[in-house]
Amino acid sequence: MKVIIPSSLRSYTQRSEAEASGATLSAVLADLDRAYPGIRFRMIDEQNRIRRHIRIFVNGDQVRDLSQPLRATDEVVIVQALSGG
Amino acid sequence: MARKIRKPTVRPQGAASGTRRAPRSQPARRVLVLVATRKGAWLYHGDATRKTWRVDGPHFLGHIISHLVLDPRDGRTLLAAAKTGHLGPTVFRSTDLGRTWKEAARPPAFAKAPAGESGRAVDHTFWLTPGHAAEPDAWYAGTSPQGLFRSADGGVTWEPFSYINDDPQYRTWMGTVQDGTPDGPKLHSIIVDPRDSRHLYFAMSGGGVHESVDGARTFTPIVKGLEVVEGFDATNISFHDPHCVRLCPSNPDRLYQQNHCGIYRLDRPSNAWVRIGKNMPKRVGDIGFPLVVHPRDADTVWVFPMDGTTVWPRTSPDGIPAVYVTRNGGRTWQRSDSGMPERQAWWTVKRQAMTADAQDPVGLYFGTTSGELWMSRDEGRRWSCIARHLPEVYAVEAAGLA
Repeated sequence: MKVIIPSSLRSYTQRSEAEASGATLSAVLADLDRAYPGIRFRMIDEQNRIRRHIRIFVNGDQVRDLSQPLRATDEVVIVQALSGG
Repeated sequence: MARKIRKPTVRPQGAASGTRRAPRSQPARRVLVLVATRKGAWLYHGDATRKTWRVDGPHFLGHIISHLVLDPRDGRTLLAAAKTGHLGPTVFRSTDLGRTWKEAARPPAFAKAPAGESGRAVDHTFWLTPGHAAEPDAWYAGTSPQGLFRSADGGVTWEPFSYINDDPQYRTWMGTVQDGTPDGPKLHSIIVDPRDSRHLYFAMSGGGVHESVDGARTFTPIVKGLEVVEGFDATNISFHDPHCVRLCPSNPDRLYQQNHCGIYRLDRPSNAWVRIGKNMPKRVGDIGFPLVVHPRDADTVWVFPMDGTTVWPRTSPDGIPAVYVTRNGGRTWQRSDSGMPERQAWWTVKRQAMTADAQDPVGLYFGTTSGELWMSRDEGRRWSCIARHLPEVYAVEAAGLA
């Protein structure tokens, strides 16, 4: 499925869109990490929590649970929530 | 990106410069100054006289770089502890002095907590220490929240190191993210005894100084003689706030410490720290972050005092920055501020933002919270600013290049 990559993570993908597959959000992120090693840990911590300034939307709805089932036609959008200075 | 920074010639060194100490053990080398900041990293390549500096940077613009360290064992591998305001922490590695960088395959991360328990996550790697000379691929890292990590492959993959990250007693001493330093308590000052790779020290900004003599199988606090903030109990390890601990390369049985509550010296095998900061001028006090030891003279130490009175402004005292030096192990101190601003300079220097090179005479370097890089090529007799308008400086290291 299509995964939209925020500017802060394009050093990994070199593009604003990536392709990844999996039956859950967790599986999609794991697949993304296989293609772009290291990208997952910048978004998800070692306790499998989505990091504080990362938001993930599926078809426009925010998803907080990595076990959320996904379909091949879904669109995943990863967003960085800007804050700080 | 490289450009030259030209500096005015400074006056000749005084006759006393370095003459009473042992001659340097290595031939003169070019100095590389590694500057880690809140918005990226810069490398300053010095000429043979340390008078002109070629700047290479920014590297990782926009990344918070807590520490940038050159491996002294190979003279070319750089490790950078990085994160951004939005992304998780990582470590970048270069084997060609920063021309190219590659991310660690497995950056420092705590163990996954058992189901139902809330485990810790590394917010940032704060401190990097190359391992013992006999362990060429070993590195240590200290993190916030406080954790100790080790790499056995030159910084490519990292593992939690020893039992302390999950030990109930150590976790109590570490406290929570709300204890201590504003952006989280930090494990720092990881020291490997140059005589024995199994002899280790580390310090925690919330939680004291600790030693292992058995390769990290066990650690023991060393806090005797250290003071804590008035009203707190000094026998409680949690209340000890070491800012910077250094071991003397010329006498590994001697350590110095800049603490939240004073400057101390420890001469092993004693376990009792002696507050040598009591001999600092009362008006300046002995509070600060960094402490630098001389590479060849265990009696010589430099500190950068800050204002730790009232609400803890953490600025230079009275807005007049100065380094203080002792050349007799802390019995007496002299002010060293020639060339520095004489008024209205409210910056200070963070705990790993001051360092020395190994040249003779020793070069000293510090980076300020206001983004300036200062140096002295004559052990502090005269200071000059070699870079301005950088982001807030978090760490400065000086390395010798062949």
